[in-house]
Amino acid sequence: MEIVVCIKQVPDPGHIQLDPKTGTIIRGGVPAIINTVDKNALEAALQLRKINGGRVTVVSMGPPSTVEALQEALALGADRAALASDRAFAGADTLATSVTLAALINKTGPFDLVLCGYSSLDGGTAQVGPQTAAILEVPFFTAVQKMEKSAAGIQVEMETEEGVVAAESSLPALATITKGMNRPRGIRLSEAKKAKNKELFTYDLQGLGLSDDQVGEKGSGVCMVEVLPLPAGRDAEIISGEPEEIAGKIQGEIMKLGLQSRGGNK
Amino acid sequence: MDFKFNEDQEMLSKAARSFADEFLAEYVEGIEENDEMPREVIEEAAARDFMAVTIPEEYDGLGMGHLARIILLEEISRVSAALGMLLQVWHLGIHPIVRFGSEEQKQKYLPRMAAGELLAGLAVTESTGGSDPTAVQTEAVKDGDDYILNGRKVYITSSHLSKVVGVMARMADDPKSFTIFLLDEDCPGWRAGRQEKKIGFKGSNTGDLIMEDCRVPAANIIGKIGDGLKIGLNSIGEVGRAGMAAVSLGILAASLEDAVKFSNSRVLGGKAINKNQAIQIKLADMYMDLEMSRLLAYKAATLGDEGQRCDTEMAMAKYYSSEASVRSAKAACDIHGGLGYMMETPTQRYLRDALLVISSAGTTEIQQIIVSKAAIKKYS
Repeated sequence: MEIVVCIKQVPDPGHIQLDPKTGTIIRGGVPAIINTVDKNALEAALQLRKINGGRVTVVSMGPPSTVEALQEALALGADRAALASDRAFAGADTLATSVTLAALINKTGPFDLVLCGYSSLDGGTAQVGPQTAAILEVPFFTAVQKMEKSAAGIQVEMETEEGVVAAESSLPALATITKGMNRPRGIRLSEAKKAKNKELFTYDLQGLGLSDDQVGEKGSGVCMVEVLPLPAGRDAEIISGEPEEIAGKIQGEIMKLGLQSRGGNK
Repeated sequence: MDFKFNEDQEMLSKAARSFADEFLAEYVEGIEENDEMPREVIEEAAARDFMAVTIPEEYDGLGMGHLARIILLEEISRVSAALGMLLQVWHLGIHPIVRFGSEEQKQKYLPRMAAGELLAGLAVTESTGGSDPTAVQTEAVKDGDDYILNGRKVYITSSHLSKVVGVMARMADDPKSFTIFLLDEDCPGWRAGRQEKKIGFKGSNTGDLIMEDCRVPAANIIGKIGDGLKIGLNSIGEVGRAGMAAVSLGILAASLEDAVKFSNSRVLGGKAINKNQAIQIKLADMYMDLEMSRLLAYKAATLGDEGQRCDTEMAMAKYYSSEASVRSAKAACDIHGGLGYMMETPTQRYLRDALLVISSAGTTEIQQIIVSKAAIKKYS
């Protein structure tokens, strides 16, 4: 099985601070980590490889320092890695990121399955997986919590708002993985020592055969105008009266705030 | 002079930190409450090859050396000094076999030790005190091809966990001669005795080892008869002290991190308390203590990795970093105010743990004797 895992290097949430003027995340000087749920995707790939054989390739887009995240993924057990890195990729939205990742995935050769983390800690859109699948023209599953190879291709269970949905697809396909699917392994030092000798390719804009209006800020369909903090605060109100009267007032407040359950006002 | 870790050491640091933060941290509260290291923590540390760091590659180890070991122990001790202590002692037990053991002993023990199947230990101290190893009373009497050992070792880390222990004994036929015998699962007559209750290092098992007519084959002698003092002092001097310095580095780092975090968020009189010089002075001293301890420990370990003698440098590193860890843990408690003394705040644990590092692998006064002798020799 040829499995590709998309990973993203993100600022360590324990060290994140926001620029008070722009409202954006200050990335300089903040330690970077592999997006945590991407490690679940990698773990899923490594487990599939253990059962079905094959190869796991990790891919990412980012500045040259993203190599550290890819090296960590190799130390965790991936077989090879590829990085898309070029100044032209800077400022990409989810669409431009997906275009770049799809080109990178195609560059690594034929694949059976692409796995991504469900969403990233910094952006949190959960769009890159599905968009990449659309560009690659393969079926996709989102929020997968269970997965195994089947006769037809791949069988999954997806978390949805309506409950767990079972689904199956032929290969090649793409799936985004949730945190609950597995517990990612830690780095085995003996595996880490081998990582130095594994292949790690880097491609720039030209290497991926893309033009600069497809990637980065130019290739983005979304532009960020302003980032505003959500106002947070507390209001306290003392409600007095007879129990039925108090209950009625509380119910009225709940209805007013739109917090009643979808099943009605029971 | 290069102050950077190499690629392998960087990856080791990352691996150890992710183990500590993402796996070990969840267990720390339980370890403190139960005064026991869960089996699954030991197994996970072994699965990540932490026992194999100093074992040569030809015996299924990683052969990464002294500095790598300090990096590993520092990161783990930052979250649990207790596990740092246990690991350091397992490495200490491995060292005499790697450095002085026969080929047969290396083949027999090291691959299983690298895999974490056999936990190693070293037992020198007796009730006569740890500072004078020549006072040990455990006696070895020759009996055919075997030796019969009788005695009692005290304050032995991992006494109830280790499966192979190097024990220093006095030879009955030559009271000035000491030898290290490897006690393993095939040697009848040795067992763990009393288990100590300590104010700190909860989860790091400490207790007695009792030998009653314990029969040990001659093949289990490390080095030669009479090599015991040399092997014991080399192991404690280069590996034991390095390990304790590394555990201190972990406590220093944790104390500083917590102190900075708390002083950033604790507001007094409308501003974070670290806007006050009284707090800033404490933080400056804590940071310098951490960095100075690192420089001493990393330098000593680098000398060891280059094959140079490093006992004086290790003594300096152990002396400075252990005293600094007590200073720093107390400062972290002080910065937290009353909260720093409460069991819910880890700073009290750092202080309780730091106090034990002072007397482990040679007290501060023993290190001062070693360093002063070196100074007098060099500058006379």
